[in-house]
Amino acid sequence: MQLLFESLFNGVAIGSVLLMAALGLAIVFGLMGVINLAHGELIMLGAYTTYVVQLIFKLPAFEPVYNLYVLVAIPLAFVVSGVVGILLERTVIRRLYGNPLETLLATWGVSLILQQFVRSVPLATAAGLVLALVVGFSLPLVLPASLLEGPRARLVRAGCWATSALSGVLLAGGLASQISRIARATSRNVDVTAPRWMRGGLEWADLTLPVPRLVIIVMTIVSVLGVTLFLNRSVWGTRIRAVTQNRSMSDCLGIPTDTVDVLTFGIGSGLAGIAGVAVSLLGSVGPNVGGSYIVGCFMVVVLGGVGNLFGAVLASFAIGWLTDLIGAGRLLTLWPAMPPPLAATVQFFATTSMAQVMVFALIVLFLQFRPAGLFPQKGRMVEV
Amino acid sequence: MTALLEIRGLNTYYGESHILRDVDLTVNAGEMVCLIGRNGVGKTTLLKSLIGLLRARQGSIVFNGAVLDRQAPHQRARAGLGYVPQGREIIPQLTVEENLMLGMEALPGGLARHRRIDPFVYELFPILREFLPRKGGDLSGGQQQQLAIARALLGQPQLLLLDEPTEGIQPNIVQDIESAVRRIIAETGIGVLLVEQHLHFVRQADRYYAMQRGGIVASGPTAELSQDVVNRFLSV
Repeated sequence: MQLLFESLFNGVAIGSVLLMAALGLAIVFGLMGVINLAHGELIMLGAYTTYVVQLIFKLPAFEPVYNLYVLVAIPLAFVVSGVVGILLERTVIRRLYGNPLETLLATWGVSLILQQFVRSVPLATAAGLVLALVVGFSLPLVLPASLLEGPRARLVRAGCWATSALSGVLLAGGLASQISRIARATSRNVDVTAPRWMRGGLEWADLTLPVPRLVIIVMTIVSVLGVTLFLNRSVWGTRIRAVTQNRSMSDCLGIPTDTVDVLTFGIGSGLAGIAGVAVSLLGSVGPNVGGSYIVGCFMVVVLGGVGNLFGAVLASFAIGWLTDLIGAGRLLTLWPAMPPPLAATVQFFATTSMAQVMVFALIVLFLQFRPAGLFPQKGRMVEV
Repeated sequence: MTALLEIRGLNTYYGESHILRDVDLTVNAGEMVCLIGRNGVGKTTLLKSLIGLLRARQGSIVFNGAVLDRQAPHQRARAGLGYVPQGREIIPQLTVEENLMLGMEALPGGLARHRRIDPFVYELFPILREFLPRKGGDLSGGQQQQLAIARALLGQPQLLLLDEPTEGIQPNIVQDIESAVRRIIAETGIGVLLVEQHLHFVRQADRYYAMQRGGIVASGPTAELSQDVVNRFLSV
């Protein structure tokens, strides 16, 4: 019984990280059909955001509330990855809609650029750059429309970008002078230390449940519920679903498809940022951290059935549970008297990386029989 | 009467092939204008150029006094053009109710300000009320056509573009659609530009334009639509 619970908990824990990472991709790839290979790097940016926020909270001024830094890091990571995602959409991806192969190559290139970016640019400068982008994008939205269309429109716009550049430089300079660790570029991995309340574990019926894992599970549940509610209940959610299903007709109905694209991509990327916070709580953060999640993310989305959020949820938990089942050699514990050749096989796969090999092989096998995943789209007009 | 829509010298291309050649056409408010012609002469292309799915290379489209040439489809929809395409183009995985709501995106403020579906559309097409929670893609062709017209109406357009609304639909629903279109014009006073093959429906229009090889070759009141013109331009 205890074995079952332990296995279930581990499965859910692995699955929730996977789901958190794949949720953004389920929107970007599943709904919009954009193959974004830079999704892993957006996760990485979220993880680095957590690291910077943690360092800021170590400053004397913020020391008393240090334990709350994760709560600040979550929305910030959403914004950072979201803005980088929006920039990516506006500059690269929007020109490549309908060309999946080119999108794949271009986003792969972007992922390499982002990896090198965090190696060779000091994090303080990067933070300033992101702030400048955020301010630059949001100022024109906040200002009254009369200012932007009046005779001095060009001047106002230039002023917006000047303000944003100044705020970026100020933040970069301030951070670099206060925190020496992010004043210089480094390609080494960094570590995020969990706040005190997140260390240790909860004891529950012979089981020790590590608190960071529980926090990630809660984060995942909240994110999935939030995304589901947003897509199904909100006005913009309805618009997003309409545009992803029939772009040209939605346009003819009066839906601003450009804005919908930017918003959809921004939200998908922002969710990758939140996933980055989760990832940073589990291990050290480096430029390559995204690469270890991207394959799993695509597996989740494809296995669940492209465009189906519920499918992604089920798929990630199935993958998580299978990984634990194989990776911890549970079959051997269940059936100790296994014939030796079989036992040797089970033991061979009972490591984290070999378990992944096995799980992916099983998924490939599954997709041979159900190419559209667990929940293929149904209905009269599927092909449209 | 003032012209609601005025097209002058419109030329549209698909890649390098020249589809529309110097099309001139006017529609007045409260008028039903029918566009006839055999398959492949450019009727659908004309409607697509009007709503903005295709960009005309030359010519001007003046709607309600505003020039639409450079506007995107969603801007034209907001300017008062309601489009019911050939093949209906219902959003398949959205419910009938959500599909209807999307029609109100063309109103100022869009969906965020308008959440109530005008019961007028249920009067026109009572079947829609029964199917509100169903997926749009699960309706039959005729029901989808009714939904598409209702959806366009909810945007309170001043000109309704109807592309073969009776194509491939069972006869009893064709009747419903015909009487609905007549009622829409009578009660709302909007203009309708109709592409149609059914002679019975064509006869109800005020004026007709006949197309051949991408150009307008004949026009006039439908009362004067002679058997000769019908034989030349309608495939039925």
